[in-house]
Amino acid sequence: MPSTATTSRPTATAAWTRRHLLGLRELSADEIRLILNTAASFREISLRPIKKVPALRGQTVVNLFFEPSTRTRTSFELAAKRLSADVMNIAIQASSVAKGETVLDTVRNLEALKVDTIVVRHAAAGVPHLIARHANASIVNAGDGAHEHPTQALLDCFTIQEKLGRIEGLNVSIIGDIGHSRVARSNLWGLTKLGARVTVCGPPTLVPPTIAQLGVRVTHRIEDAIREADVLMLLRIQHERQEAKLVPSIREYRLRYGIDRERLARAKSGVLIMHPGPINRGVELDSSVADGPYSVILDQVTNGLAVRMAVLYLVSGAPEVSEELG
Amino acid sequence: MGKVLITGGRVIDPSTNRDGVFDILIERGKIADIQPNIPANGAKPLDARGRLVVPGFIDLHTHLRQPGREDSETLETGLRAAARGGFTAVCAMPNTEPAIDTRGVADFIHQEGQRLGLVAVRAVGAVTKGRQGAELTDFGELFDAGCVALSDDGSPVMDGLLMRRALEYARVFERPIIQHAEDLTLSAGGVAHEGLLSMTLGLPGIPAEAESVMVARDLALAELTSGWLHLAHLSSARSVELVRQAKRRGVHVTCEVTPHHLALTHEAIEGFNTDAKVNPPLRAEQDRLALIEGLRDGTIDCIATDHAPHADWEKDAEFAAAPFGIAGLETALGVCVRTLLEPNHLTWPQLIEKLSVKPAAIANLPGGTLKPGSEANLTLIDPDVSWTVDPQRFLSKCRRSPFVGWTLRGRVTHTIVKGGVVYSGDAES
Repeated sequence: MPSTATTSRPTATAAWTRRHLLGLRELSADEIRLILNTAASFREISLRPIKKVPALRGQTVVNLFFEPSTRTRTSFELAAKRLSADVMNIAIQASSVAKGETVLDTVRNLEALKVDTIVVRHAAAGVPHLIARHANASIVNAGDGAHEHPTQALLDCFTIQEKLGRIEGLNVSIIGDIGHSRVARSNLWGLTKLGARVTVCGPPTLVPPTIAQLGVRVTHRIEDAIREADVLMLLRIQHERQEAKLVPSIREYRLRYGIDRERLARAKSGVLIMHPGPINRGVELDSSVADGPYSVILDQVTNGLAVRMAVLYLVSGAPEVSEELG
Repeated sequence: MGKVLITGGRVIDPSTNRDGVFDILIERGKIADIQPNIPANGAKPLDARGRLVVPGFIDLHTHLRQPGREDSETLETGLRAAARGGFTAVCAMPNTEPAIDTRGVADFIHQEGQRLGLVAVRAVGAVTKGRQGAELTDFGELFDAGCVALSDDGSPVMDGLLMRRALEYARVFERPIIQHAEDLTLSAGGVAHEGLLSMTLGLPGIPAEAESVMVARDLALAELTSGWLHLAHLSSARSVELVRQAKRRGVHVTCEVTPHHLALTHEAIEGFNTDAKVNPPLRAEQDRLALIEGLRDGTIDCIATDHAPHADWEKDAEFAAAPFGIAGLETALGVCVRTLLEPNHLTWPQLIEKLSVKPAAIANLPGGTLKPGSEANLTLIDPDVSWTVDPQRFLSKCRRSPFVGWTLRGRVTHTIVKGGVVYSGDAES
């Protein structure tokens, strides 16, 4: 067992006082660093032969997913299990406008079972906020519409920090469907708060012009996004975008904005290739690049587990990490 | 009905340019006399010292939800809310279930209104059957039934030819077609004003141009047809400018603005606040200021509430799925005082013109004046009293308001319809 010294809660920087994690917009840089530091403590647990700590023993975590998800749901599930929580997965395949039980009625039923934390994924922006206003449980946002996906951005920050040793001063380019991306928004908040220079890139139909007011650089030319970047973060292009007339065709998008070897050759050496998954191979990312030496896509998945353990742990209000991990 | 003598109030009647302390004698439901000192002679006195006595407010745009959604509002609760807000008549919008697209539904509204004997209610009929935007309703039948105008309400008439025909055919009746100006292909399922905040919250936006593009088209059609176009609840600076130019050219257009668009911006939806979700959406500060300027210079004719009550459970939903609408009858006056009078954009007589005289003229309803001989529809206001908005105390079934917790000045103390007191604040408190 590692000594408590390496796993103690970072001192003095910030204390975690929040019951929910709804987004990164409202977090301070210190709060984000606190989560990342806590995640670093948890990361090593995954390397042990017995990958479990009793931190949330006796607590119940519900994964309430109104939208299909494999990787985020399994990551949260495993994170909760490694903290010794009881876990329930609830998948409700209903669109936001379908008639049926209201979101709050669903949550009230869960609360009647005295659950402690509800991890929420929903296709509509703001649902975790709605639930947090009415629930006694802690709410963790696992992605709400095009709004935020805070744990994804946290694991992205964690991965950048791990691979490049810092975030401050780095150039990070986020490429793709910025307008519809909760990953882009959460990363924009997280990365800028931690001092990175963020560029967003895509055709004007996919990049809302108002985003420049949030302190990011906007470019519609992929060359400009690649040239100075330390990190290239690619977003999934959904086929619905073609139907919504936002891009003429998926092929056109690939030719103009897809990252292949040729484009990658113009990037700085050592550039990180990141993607929140699932990848559309051959659209936003050529297969050779996704599987290439610069790709840290699977490290993102590994780090996601530690970050989600940290988040579940912090919102639970459980005692000091050091006591639990000792 | 006996005689009533309202004494000592500041009488403001923009229709006769009257503004001063007078007594008003009401007899047989009509204004019998206005003089400085009228002897009681057996009339029931109503002491109005320190209060304003004005022609009753008339709301061109009210959703009463009956028939169809009596869980959200009924004529009775909606008209009680209207009375408390100082309204002596309201125009009931046709987005009911069924829509007000036949005489039978209009008759129901009018008969139920008569039976209740509260605030007068007159229906706005639908332009197309079922508000489906395909076939015109029988305009003559609806106007014969007492409809004051026609509108497809929240379902704008998208088909340009159909809108042309509606404006043309309504000329027979000299009544307006009310358009909720929204190009649905541009709003494209949006739920909030397209801007920095909607982008930040990840909500699909409704650009201001979804409105102004339709305003431009309909102004062109009104010009083409010489028909009367009334634009509901304008929200954007560009729309105001388009109407201003059209009026200069002599186009027969009138328009309204809501208290919430005058008072709030899209910032009110911060934190996914569905109480501020409304269509057209609350827009940017420059739009808000342009609406106030339009009201001030006469481009915008009047204030209408677009009272749109919804049940709690409907508003306690995903922002995208929650219904559009704000319950506005009971906060209209206070919000207007705060937004228009306190910053000196309008005077009391100008505000009364926008809440009473102009809408009476547009709807062609009795009221909007205190001229002797006219129907005794009056509102008494305590202009100095402060109160805090608490939707739990609304008379409307709706318990939600973006103005919750606001402290407002100015409150209705009495609402009088055809000489009868339909609301008295003295009974509350």
